[in-house]
Amino acid sequence: MAPAALPSSAVSLRDAVALSGRFPLLSGVDLEVAVGETVLVEGPNGAGKTSLLRVCAGLVPLVSGHLAVFGLDPNRNRVAVRRRLGLLSHVSHLYDDLTVRENLRFAVRAAGGDVARIEPALERWELVGRLAKTTAGKLSAGQRRRVALALLTARWPELWLLDEPHAGLDYAARSLLDQIVLEAAASGVTVLIASHESGPVADLATRVVTVTGGRVTGERLLVRADGGRSLSARVDRLEVDRLEVDRPGADRPEADRPEAGRPDSDVTHVAPLQGSVAHVA
Amino acid sequence: MWRDAALVAGKDLRIEGRSRVALSQVAPFGIVALVLFAFALGPDRHVMAKGAPGLFWVAVLFCTVLAIQRSVSVESSDGARDGLRLSGIDPAGLYLGKALAVAAQLIVLELLLTAGVVLLYGARIDVPWMIVVSCLLGTIGLAATGTLYGALSAGLRVRETLLPFLLLPIAAPVLLAGTRIWQAAMAGGTPATGMQWLRLLVVFDAVYLAIGVVLFGPIQETA
Repeated sequence: MAPAALPSSAVSLRDAVALSGRFPLLSGVDLEVAVGETVLVEGPNGAGKTSLLRVCAGLVPLVSGHLAVFGLDPNRNRVAVRRRLGLLSHVSHLYDDLTVRENLRFAVRAAGGDVARIEPALERWELVGRLAKTTAGKLSAGQRRRVALALLTARWPELWLLDEPHAGLDYAARSLLDQIVLEAAASGVTVLIASHESGPVADLATRVVTVTGGRVTGERLLVRADGGRSLSARVDRLEVDRLEVDRPGADRPEADRPEAGRPDSDVTHVAPLQGSVAHVA
Repeated sequence: MWRDAALVAGKDLRIEGRSRVALSQVAPFGIVALVLFAFALGPDRHVMAKGAPGLFWVAVLFCTVLAIQRSVSVESSDGARDGLRLSGIDPAGLYLGKALAVAAQLIVLELLLTAGVVLLYGARIDVPWMIVVSCLLGTIGLAATGTLYGALSAGLRVRETLLPFLLLPIAAPVLLAGTRIWQAAMAGGTPATGMQWLRLLVVFDAVYLAIGVVLFGPIQETA
């Protein structure tokens, strides 16, 4: 019998193995993502990041191991689980013959969402006026990406699975996406971001999980200062209720502190984690 | 389930209304098929009128294959099928919605094809209600089986060739019953025999709708 997922766990993967034919996509992944946590899944191309997100979305079945999303088995509660998550993938999931607005309306209504959120989402992603009435088939790749993001913004599910979210977006759209992801995280949404470039999205995450060869091969806890500066800690094992990390050198005299004089230097970060810390280096 | 079915049917019909594939390609194909059948049978109006019921349903069957392929291909571009799976729509509602949209298109096609067999083949209909009921029941059966087998072949690269291979034998009872009902409803036919075949269509529809409602979800996840 599979072990029960923690009640506050958004995603719980235990020894998860997934295959595509005979090709292993995941080779025994263990991953716990707490509700409200923002986790960056990094790794090289072909490491299994996209597969990990697709498994979490229930699009790829596990051949062994255990998956729970919000404590539910996605195979038994498919509709309930999928209504609570949104996947931004390499494709935009749009109907070419429907307009931008019609695509959003269909997706939001299908998920049982509030259609009143559609217009604000369109405005936020600058998909208003003639663009909202344009069929998706006539849009550029970047515009389609914006529509897919507007759809996610309008739906505002509890779990966001973002696969290379910055791909195909211009600078302004990337900044807007970052802002929206931070808003989502602040509102209690759980976010899983897969990216082969940890740099641009690292500031969004509270934890980084490294995937290589279909396995989780490392974890780092990211601790952010108010000014946006990130500190990182290698964490061998995480089993804590909360982790408070003080700014390095806080116990040294003021003049010796590396952050002396910075208004954001008194940092205490509380990471929403479960269990206890065995080792932080 | 019914809310989801209406949502999906509305979406598919809106897409059809904008792309007009059924109207600009499938309907002309059906008419061309009727004309070619007429060429094959020769100029004898009596032979054509006698063959009209079977030829009508063969044309409908071919149009059904095209309509189902279109219904499947709508979901295959830009990951729309995964989007639909992720949308949280009830699989039974999705099945019924897609079948409903296909059925609505087939009804329009059958109206055109009925006019075609009357004009081209000189077919005379004595019991119009029986023709109407047979078309409705036949359409439900074809849409129910077509949508189910369309989902089965959806994820395969060879779906265009596999679908007719799977669907046509399964839809044979509709062809048979529809033809018999039309023969019974046409001039010189015996309407009483048509009733038995109508009952067969009702059973066929009920069985396939039930199978579709139950199996569409698992098929969609594994295909």
